[in-house]
Order: sequence, then structure tokens, then C-alpha cells
Amino acid sequence: MLWSDLERFGLSLDPWRDFERVNRALTSWNAPTSAEFPAVNVWVAENNAVVTSELPGVEPEDIDISVAGKTLTIRGSRKFEELKEGESFHRRERWHGQFTKTLEMPFSIESGKVEAIFVKGVLNIALPRAEAEKARKISVKSV
Amino acid sequence: MSEAAKEVQKKETTTTEKGEHTRARRLYTPAVDIIERKDDIVVIADMPGVDETAVDITLEKNELTIYGKVEPEVPEKHALHLTEYGIGDYKRTFTLNEEVDRNNIQATVKNGVLRIILPKGEALKTRKIAVRAEA
Repeated sequence: MLWSDLERFGLSLDPWRDFERVNRALTSWNAPTSAEFPAVNVWVAENNAVVTSELPGVEPEDIDISVAGKTLTIRGSRKFEELKEGESFHRRERWHGQFTKTLEMPFSIESGKVEAIFVKGVLNIALPRAEAEKARKISVKSV
Repeated sequence: MSEAAKEVQKKETTTTEKGEHTRARRLYTPAVDIIERKDDIVVIADMPGVDETAVDITLEKNELTIYGKVEPEVPEKHALHLTEYGIGDYKRTFTLNEEVDRNNIQATVKNGVLRIILPKGEALKTRKIAVRAEA
């Protein structure tokens, strides 16, 4: 009898199940497409997903968002602070340059209805679920 | 790009030495660029989620403290699926060794970036001491 058969009896003794769940959660989000930066937070409801990312100092025109199927790609860049003659840096900690982030959502996205707002340096993208994929209630008729 | 990625992790401060804030909020240290120009010093701090009403700048003796308050925005009825960054207030303190003209300090906030221009005091601007080699 396999370990997984025990589930039928309501016992979840399978030691790998939790591991697989964690592994799936980690790898499906992080590999192989997403870069380290920028950091995003993702919120999911039944028919909508919200992706927020902190992009201070980036101009809204410099942010490029594209959606294909389940995949969301955020691209952009921030310019380097140019120094003129006679100026010097005491500290330089802020990042600059180009960034790309690719994320896979748990459902297909209705690309025509995606809305992105950039306020106070925080990018907020609302991704509604594709119409075709929405769960439809099926009524059961009794005979 | 990998070294840039490492720098970008938000640095969370442990308890502040000078006493905790009454609100139980996370506190982050914003990344900062400091540029010394001819007549002033520019401090640029990354504080996403902050606008001009949420920033507190104080200059006490020679200590400049910047504090930005962030209201966490939680979408209703959504479950958190992935968190790569936390949301909290920003605070950082600097000790300036230059004489700053306190009456002319300017600060602007745009797209979550705070820029403070600290003009150098008159005394420092004009005091130039020529150094000559010992004969």
C-alpha cells in the first residue's frame, strides 16, 4: 500500500506532500523568469489579482507593463543622478539602471481590463481574471 | 545587475536606540544619495509610499532626521499570495559636519523620492584658506 493511499482514510501521512507544496510555491513564483528586483507583493482574490511594487523615482513613462496569458512582465529603468563639475558623492546607496520582473499569475488575465496606477512611487496593477476562465455555477437538476 | 539587486533589499532597522515609536509599525532605513555641491548639499532618499504631507524633517543642532510615514494599502477581500517586501515607515538620521543655512532648507517629494537641499552657510562658502608649501 502506498503512502498516498492512506489519504483515502483521511490520514495525510504523506511526508512529501508538505514538501511538494512548499517547493511548488517557491519554484513556481521564482524560477526561472523572475529577477531579484524589483520586489513585488501579490494579492489574489477569486477573480482578481493585485500586484504592487515599489519603484520610487521612476517616471510613469519609463515603466513598461505587458501581459500575456498568465504572465505579467514589468520593465523599466531609473536614470543615474548625474554629477556636474565640482560635485562629489558623500554616499551613493540608491539603485539605478534597468530592471525586469516576470511573474506568473494563478490564472489567465483579461489583458484588456488590466489597470495600472502609479502613486507616490508605488506601482499598483489590477489584473482581472480572464472571462473565459471564470468559474461558472452549474445548477443540478433533479429528475 | 546582481550586485545592484543585493543592495536593493530594504534594510529593516532593529529597535531604535532613542526610544521606540508609539505606533507598532515596521521601520525601514531608506537608501540615500548625498551629493555635495558647491553651494549646498543634496540629500536624496528613496521613500516609496510617501508624499509631502507624510514627511517629517527635523534639524537639531547638527543632526538631520528624516521620517516618512507610510499607510499600508491592503486590497480588500484579497489574500496575500506573495510578499517580497514589507511596508513600513522610513527613518534615518545624519550628522552634518557642515554649517547649514537653516532658513533656506528646501525639501521636495516626487514619486516617493525625497530631495532635501541644504544650503551651506555663508561662513563656509566664503572661507577659503590658501595653503602654501613650506619654504
